[in-house]
Amino acid sequence: MTTDINFMVGGEAGQGVQSVGFLLAKSLTRGGFHIFADQDYESRIRGGHNFFRIRASDSAIGAIVEQVHILLALNKESIDLHRKELTSNGIIIFDGEKIKDTGSNTSLFSVPLERLAQEKAGNKLMSNTVALGAALGLVGYDLTIMDQVLREHFGADNIGQDNVKAARAGYEYARENFKGNFKQHLSPIGDTRIMLLTGNDAIALGAIAAGCKFMAAYPMTPVTSIMEYLATKARDLNLVMVHAEDEIAAINMAIGASYAGVRAMTATSGGGFCLMVEGLGLAGMTETPIVIIEGQRAGPAIGLPTRTEQGDLEFVLHAHHGEFPRAVLAPATIEDCFWLTIKAFNLAEKYQLPVILLTDQYLASSYATVSKFDLAKVTIERGLLFEPTTNEEYQRHKITESGISPRAFPGQEGVLVVTDSDEHDEAGHLIEDAETRTRMMQKRLRKLLSLKQEISPPQLYGPSKAEITLVGWGSTYGALREAVDILRKEKPSVNLLHLNELWPFPAKAVANVLAGSGNSYVIENNATGQLARLIRRETGVKVSGNILKYDGRPFTPAYIVQAVQEGRYDHGNGS
Amino acid sequence: MVTVADYSGLTSTWCPGCGNFGILNALKKALVELNLKPHQVLLVSGIGQAGKLPHYTRGNVFNSLHGRPVPPAIGAKIANPELTVIAISGDGDGYGEGGNHFIHSLRRNHDITYLVHNNQIYGLTKGQTSPTSDQGFVTKTTPYGASPPINPIALAIATGAGFVSRSFAGDTEHLSRMMKAGITHRGFALIDILQPCVSFNHKNTFSWYRERVYKLEEQAGYDPSNKLAALEKAFEWGDRIPIGIFYQQTLPTFEEQIPALRQGPLVKQPIDPKQIQPLIDEFI
Ligand SMILES: Cc1ncc(C[n+]2csc(CCOP(=O)(O)OP(=O)(O)O)c2C)c(N)n1
Ligand code: SF4
Ligand SMILES: [Mg+2]
Repeated sequence: MTTDINFMVGGEAGQGVQSVGFLLAKSLTRGGFHIFADQDYESRIRGGHNFFRIRASDSAIGAIVEQVHILLALNKESIDLHRKELTSNGIIIFDGEKIKDTGSNTSLFSVPLERLAQEKAGNKLMSNTVALGAALGLVGYDLTIMDQVLREHFGADNIGQDNVKAARAGYEYARENFKGNFKQHLSPIGDTRIMLLTGNDAIALGAIAAGCKFMAAYPMTPVTSIMEYLATKARDLNLVMVHAEDEIAAINMAIGASYAGVRAMTATSGGGFCLMVEGLGLAGMTETPIVIIEGQRAGPAIGLPTRTEQGDLEFVLHAHHGEFPRAVLAPATIEDCFWLTIKAFNLAEKYQLPVILLTDQYLASSYATVSKFDLAKVTIERGLLFEPTTNEEYQRHKITESGISPRAFPGQEGVLVVTDSDEHDEAGHLIEDAETRTRMMQKRLRKLLSLKQEISPPQLYGPSKAEITLVGWGSTYGALREAVDILRKEKPSVNLLHLNELWPFPAKAVANVLAGSGNSYVIENNATGQLARLIRRETGVKVSGNILKYDGRPFTPAYIVQAVQEGRYDHGNGS
Repeated sequence: MVTVADYSGLTSTWCPGCGNFGILNALKKALVELNLKPHQVLLVSGIGQAGKLPHYTRGNVFNSLHGRPVPPAIGAKIANPELTVIAISGDGDGYGEGGNHFIHSLRRNHDITYLVHNNQIYGLTKGQTSPTSDQGFVTKTTPYGASPPINPIALAIATGAGFVSRSFAGDTEHLSRMMKAGITHRGFALIDILQPCVSFNHKNTFSWYRERVYKLEEQAGYDPSNKLAALEKAFEWGDRIPIGIFYQQTLPTFEEQIPALRQGPLVKQPIDPKQIQPLIDEFI
């Protein structure tokens, strides 16, 4: 890695932090840089403090870092809060004509953002675009890329033109007036046909690619943009997105649509999933395929509504009363969000059960550069379907060796599809006798045997045996992988065991890796070490310790490295 | 030709003399008279005595959770609008546990028919108050008398429903006529059905209802397209209880307004992952 630069845009909600951050990331993407960007925002529409971090590198990256090289401070608070994250030769771009009392410091570079916006673009609201230009000017970036990205974003008309003028004003001002010793220069390096997208974007694309025709949901951070994306594309792609009256309705609508024969899903966060739990079991009992996206945020209750956490693992594994099979997948990266969503639909239909895709606020709203998804690799497996060959009456819950009964959909001549949330017989009618009950329980649970074979083994990164094994799941992958790279520079015997397909639990594979490691530490964005407990329950292995974080903020590689180097492990609060 | 035999299902577990038998017979009669074959019909029910009805006839059946017959019915209707979708509920199921779904499905006007077996009591759980129990009605959970009831007819009219009716399980003829009208109505059709529960409601009995009900269509000058008059009628309850269509107006249905459904039912749309290539390019 010869280029690894981190920008931060900070300001109030409503100041355009998100759009400047995105445009900066997009401009750098077009120059062939690898990008990873995350968003930190408060649950408010105006005011407060938000920031957007954009890390650009010439090598693949999968995590954010704390150290900032260029800070675009749209207000004073951004300077005060983030000055400490600045590298020794880092630069703060700010509007010295608007923000006073900053003290003098060689890192401060004042650009008259508002004045330039007014003078050059005739609109002082474009001062954030001036800041974007100044940042790109500071690194001497390609102007044509910047202009093009702005025009695409704002349109080729006056607004687009004015934004180009504003950005150029900032760019030129930085080129002419910056006299500091910031030396980093960025010029385009490679493949410019690469995607820049968030975890939610990847899930939405994955769902559509998988043939999802129906979604019902209720808005909740961090998954709302999945609903919005599907709603926007519904007309062109012949699908339906219903904004339901609540999460209970949402999951039940999706179950009804799936029963009728289409691929269906819902999306929510932990709080909404609480309401969906009832429907989860209905899908289990009626053997109706359904995909549920659960984007975790810091709980319990409303918790930190816009912050990240991995606190719902045990919840999704155990939610609902009684026993029935389910699958839980937890994408490790933004690319994974796409492929595991497709897998979720396939598993749901093949095994006729609910599949939960567990993400979190960090993964949902972070951006990364990803090579175009190869659609030729998408497979659609709709599972066993009923073929009316004999005169035999159709039985929706026919008992089979695999436990999987051929599906049929209502509306077919000669076929009646009957199912019930009550315990039922093979024909789907409610029963109460002990014998049928036992056989139906066994039939449903038997599906787990073949479902288990579908779960990919966890990722092992680094040597197959190591003195220290870091273990993680879901969105922490990028930070963990980089932490392993850093640790291995000093101590080669470190590896990473990472799970993105969590249930049915790949117990054997996990046990095998842990058997070859000296000490194992589970790193989780929660307070009690849920994966560590799950590993113990499923493999009998007690890991050596945990690195836990439950402040609503994601892990960075440096945080993990430091915890390992200092031996800062805990053993799960109260567990 | 469809006959009543096509709709004969399993033997019921209802109490002898229960009002639900009248509803079951009326439904079979309506479906036969509409010449619908069982495979064209989807019955989605909740949990309660009413919720068991689909098992006692034939059709596609989704017997869902307590309070939830409407959302899966909506989902199925959107996925395949060619199905005749009938949701079946009790007063506790539909107006209590499922109250929110009731309100919002009325408002959105999904093209389904909603039968609510209103026995003014919780039957399956053996005699507790329901959202429609008469004020002061003493039950096991309301020893000092029930709170004032909700008025599903007035609520439905006020919420913008296009078909609001009431019938009586003791008048199969009238009830099946209401069902036919509801099923053929384009949009959400509510049929609130006065259903005596012979085991747990000893107040609102067959004879109690019979003495009170009168038919709106026999009232000279009653105009079911007059919303305010309908609303006024909706509040009549006591010595005289109106049955029939209170209010009817054809409004755009939810399903009609979905552009994707103009290409035919979703269930008949092919799955083609390559379809998303242009979407991927938008992220470049
Ligand atoms: C979530 C949930 N809560 C409670 C119950 C228990 N329960 C079953 S039926 C019922 C009420 C039945 O009353 P109603 O809906 O009026 O139907 P009826 O039996 O009178 O036809 C209740 C409370 C349940 N099955 N599920
Ligand atoms: S308890 Fe009441 S509603 Fe239930 S079957 Fe008996 S009479 Fe009918
Ligand atoms: Mg009742």
